[in-house]
Amino acid sequence: MRVPLSWLKDFTPVQASPEEVAHALSFLGLVVEGVERADKPWAGIIVARVLETRPHPSADRIQLVDVDMGDGEALQICCGAFNMKSGDLVPLAALGAVMPNGLEIARRKMRGEWSNGMLCSVPELGLGEEGLEKGIYVLPGDLPVGQPLAEALGVGDDVVFDLDIGPNRPDCFSIAGVARDLAAFLNLPFNFPPMGAAAVDPAGSAAVVDPAGSAALVEIAPDATELCPRFTATVIEGVRQAAVPAWVSRRVSLAGMRPINPVVDASNYVMLEIGQPNHPYDMDKLAGGSLQVRRAYEGEVLVTLDGAARELCPDDLVIAGGDGEAVGLAGVMGGATAEISPLTNTVLFEAANFDALSVARTGKRLGLSSEARARFERGVDIELAGLAVERFVSLLGPAVRRGPTTDLGRQEAPKVTAVLRAQRAALLLGVPVSANRCAELLTPLGFQCEPAGDERLAVTMPSWRPDCTREVDLIEEIARMHGYENIPRQLPARPMAATSLSREQKARRLVRDIIAGTGANEAWTTSFLSAEDMEKTGLSTSRALELENPLDQSQGLLRTSVLPGLLRSLQFNVERQIGAVQLFEIGNVFLAPLPGERGAYLAEVDEREQLGLVAIGRDIDARWSAQAWEVLRGGLRLRAVRLADEAAPPGTAGMHLDAFHPGRRAVISAQGRPVGVVGELSPKVTSAYGFSSRVAALVVDLAPVLGAVTGMGAAQAVSRFPATDMDMAFEVDEGVAAGDVAGTVESSAGQLLTSLALFDVYKGPGLGEGKRSLGFRLRLRAGDRTLTEAEVTRVRVAVADAVSSAHGGVLRVG
Amino acid sequence: MNSLVDWKAGVAEALDRGRDLVLAAANLAELRSAEGEASGKRSPLAAYSSKLRELAADERKELGRALQEARAELEALVRSRQAEMEAVEMEARTAAERQDLTEIPWFFAGTSGVLATEVALPVPRGHLHLVTQVRQELEDIFVSMGFEVAEGPEVEDDWHNFEALNMPPHHPARGMFDTFYLKAGEPESILLRTHTSPVQVRLMESRKPPIYAVAPGRCSRRDTPDATHLPVFHQVEALVVDEGISMSHLAATLDAFVDAFFGRGRRARLRPSFFPFTEPSAEFDVSCWVCGGSGCRTCSGSGWVELGGCGMVDPAVFEAVGIDSEKYTGFAWGFGIDRLAAARTNLGDVRDLLDNDVRFLVQF
Repeated sequence: MRVPLSWLKDFTPVQASPEEVAHALSFLGLVVEGVERADKPWAGIIVARVLETRPHPSADRIQLVDVDMGDGEALQICCGAFNMKSGDLVPLAALGAVMPNGLEIARRKMRGEWSNGMLCSVPELGLGEEGLEKGIYVLPGDLPVGQPLAEALGVGDDVVFDLDIGPNRPDCFSIAGVARDLAAFLNLPFNFPPMGAAAVDPAGSAAVVDPAGSAALVEIAPDATELCPRFTATVIEGVRQAAVPAWVSRRVSLAGMRPINPVVDASNYVMLEIGQPNHPYDMDKLAGGSLQVRRAYEGEVLVTLDGAARELCPDDLVIAGGDGEAVGLAGVMGGATAEISPLTNTVLFEAANFDALSVARTGKRLGLSSEARARFERGVDIELAGLAVERFVSLLGPAVRRGPTTDLGRQEAPKVTAVLRAQRAALLLGVPVSANRCAELLTPLGFQCEPAGDERLAVTMPSWRPDCTREVDLIEEIARMHGYENIPRQLPARPMAATSLSREQKARRLVRDIIAGTGANEAWTTSFLSAEDMEKTGLSTSRALELENPLDQSQGLLRTSVLPGLLRSLQFNVERQIGAVQLFEIGNVFLAPLPGERGAYLAEVDEREQLGLVAIGRDIDARWSAQAWEVLRGGLRLRAVRLADEAAPPGTAGMHLDAFHPGRRAVISAQGRPVGVVGELSPKVTSAYGFSSRVAALVVDLAPVLGAVTGMGAAQAVSRFPATDMDMAFEVDEGVAAGDVAGTVESSAGQLLTSLALFDVYKGPGLGEGKRSLGFRLRLRAGDRTLTEAEVTRVRVAVADAVSSAHGGVLRVG
Repeated sequence: MNSLVDWKAGVAEALDRGRDLVLAAANLAELRSAEGEASGKRSPLAAYSSKLRELAADERKELGRALQEARAELEALVRSRQAEMEAVEMEARTAAERQDLTEIPWFFAGTSGVLATEVALPVPRGHLHLVTQVRQELEDIFVSMGFEVAEGPEVEDDWHNFEALNMPPHHPARGMFDTFYLKAGEPESILLRTHTSPVQVRLMESRKPPIYAVAPGRCSRRDTPDATHLPVFHQVEALVVDEGISMSHLAATLDAFVDAFFGRGRRARLRPSFFPFTEPSAEFDVSCWVCGGSGCRTCSGSGWVELGGCGMVDPAVFEAVGIDSEKYTGFAWGFGIDRLAAARTNLGDVRDLLDNDVRFLVQF
């Protein structure tokens, strides 16, 4: 909503500077998005009198005009228009003037004759389109010759505030509404501008409210009354004699609407000023000279003012002429049929009220935005229609006659009241206020406050404030008028309460820190994927959830894995010649629940937190991510888990199996259940992303990992006795996992084993075909004594036997 | 004529031979040469093709069809053999590359948790994402002020995201949020949360006051990405519900947070605004952390930087979650973490946050 300061001043005597006004508007909740100065309109353009017109000696299309610009001298102008005669007053752009379109006026010769300026038309001044008489704007009335045009037409410097009005304040979609708030805030009086002679005394015109009957100017179909709570139609005659002041068009233009012609500009002016959308029809072009309000027929086509043909349905409300032919889309846009032209003499003026939801739906379905729609869908005060007619007539001037009116529907809004407790306001705002003070603050906004005893008020809401129905709505108004800036600041007097992050939240931070400790940087990727992204990554889309309205098709699915996003980021870096990149992400993924299951929050969605890690670079292969997992596991003090390659584990692990290299992957378990996969990406996936080297990766459900993190356990005494280290190498089949052998070593070595390390893996001469040697270092120690050689030997024998029987491992000697 | 019958027999024979060749190929290289021999330029089939023009029209048609069928069959056979061989080769390759992931040293840290093998070289530590760092800093400040950190799902239902927050279906304020909907459940019933406020609803539904909580998390709105908008972004929201909570408490709590996060002496400023779930509602600004209020580029000369929205919890919200709005009052606020991170680091374009360029990540 663009609001010229001069217009606000019609309602309230604001003396404050534009900056102060902008500040006040901001603190009223009317967000100021911009302040524009509209200084020196028409600089260099003055009122001049035509002295004489003469033919140009060597051109037919232009004539010579002598004008007086106030000094009594005749100044010669070459002019392409022929509509003025001697004695007329015209706007003259003097030498040096710059036109609104940027053209600078200079002395120039046209076909051998000097032109010392330019006479201006209505469009050239930005005041509208060509009128009935095309050509130079012949100024109305008696204006002082030589006076700057702006001054003569009552147009001064102005400042325009561009306001962002919230959906809760339909009343502020008008100059009057903004002015009312501003006046109340600045403690200034607020009054509607005088309506002029035509409105004060309707000049003998028949301002009769017709009952709906044969003489009615408008009929509402019975099934349309719900969508049209009020409709007024008024005949206005003699508009060709209308004298709409130039500042009307100027203000309409400053408010962001295009000036068209005086009648249309006055209609728009009324809407902008009081917030009542309205429509003037050319009565003579309107079939039957009357209107009908009805629902559209299925498939009915209407050509709207913007020239487009619109197909309608019975949910839409149309305004039709007396013959039933639609002439406009109620509350959204007029039609081209009975459009006002410079020839229009009799106007049928519509000021009506339409159902907000219906206007919003029709507008949205047809993709039609208009100033009228913007107001109706927020809610227009039903009591404004009468005022709109009065204001419109007054703008057209005394020569215009107001004819009969038909006014159907409700004329008053239902009264809404609420009881306001001053004590409640004081509590909610933290500001001590009395009932009197509340009434003082509310009354200037139009709230009627009656004392109801016990520091309470019975408040009746003004018809233009549909947002106010409850006590708390009044308290907000009190806060606004008191000034948010004047609310004292006091911390809550709350008893001390110790808080901390939850165990899971702390564990999640620990996971981040540990993974970052491996050298990986944390990434953040979008929640959306395409089917191709998933396919490329070896992921099935069978459990992916689809968006109803994605931004585009490449973002049509919700991610079931953080891997595709991470791989895209990896690719982004590799393409920028960064060779070694390690990235991780912790984020939520979304799956359609399995049959018979339901998500934790919503039945339809299995949402879970996932950790993903990817790495590329020299020497990076599956063991890098396996090691990263071990670092994480150790850091979280999780029990050692066996890395195993299960064929088809359920959940995240199973879904990701195909993304990984079949010979270089392992399933991770936590709390005894498979929760993820670690290893290297499948060659298919790496080549699909265009990576030329191996990509190590890890993907794991976070909840079971965080859930397995335990607090501190009891301390265990550290032995003060020396340890005995013992190396044992076993020759095993290549397919036997080192981890499995280690497990056997661990369980067979008994209590004395304090640590176990794989210090050597060997393949080659000296070993059988398809065999490898695994060399373990066992550290044995007792808490209460130095170990004897016999004890160490017993362990050695037990371990050798166990590995032999479990894995066929042969203890190598030497 | 004789020649046609002979030639058709020849084509059949060539097809049989070609089939044998393709089936006999043992690997991709052999398959390629078998394909050439069976249907390439010098194959018997090619020879018959070149004889076509010697035939009358109807005969040409007949032989042509036989040739075409023979070629199609060979082609299909080659493709299927190729797929088989590729699968076998991939299997052989991945089997040959088999790596025992339990060989890694850390796996054997054993019961003591202390590594017995040689120590590995240190690596430079990775960086947490800028947004994570800001989020954690915010969480820490609020925890120190006595707030707990609450979490909720990113996919929500209409009730938690809209209806319980005083936005019934068709409420015009829903237009303030461009919502992504899922093809799940009833149409437009399951959505990506457009703000973190549904966490408040879940908290109030599951718990009796007093509540002092913040909820950080990921949200989505159907905005085309630009320098200041991402369709996926992060918000943090605070909620206080207790007896006697006032707007004065809201302003002072914001001041305390702003002072802790932006630096001593910085303060919050409230301007009236509109949100369906709070009343009174306000926008809150922070005195510029760069210039301290005298006006600079960061604050566009105004001395204030717009941060987020806040207000007193609307009684309709309390009603929806079953809290007595006469007994309890409360306040809430929320703002964008990404924008805050961008503002604090003078980042001109929030889209940089999503590229994950390592050269960017390691700056923070």
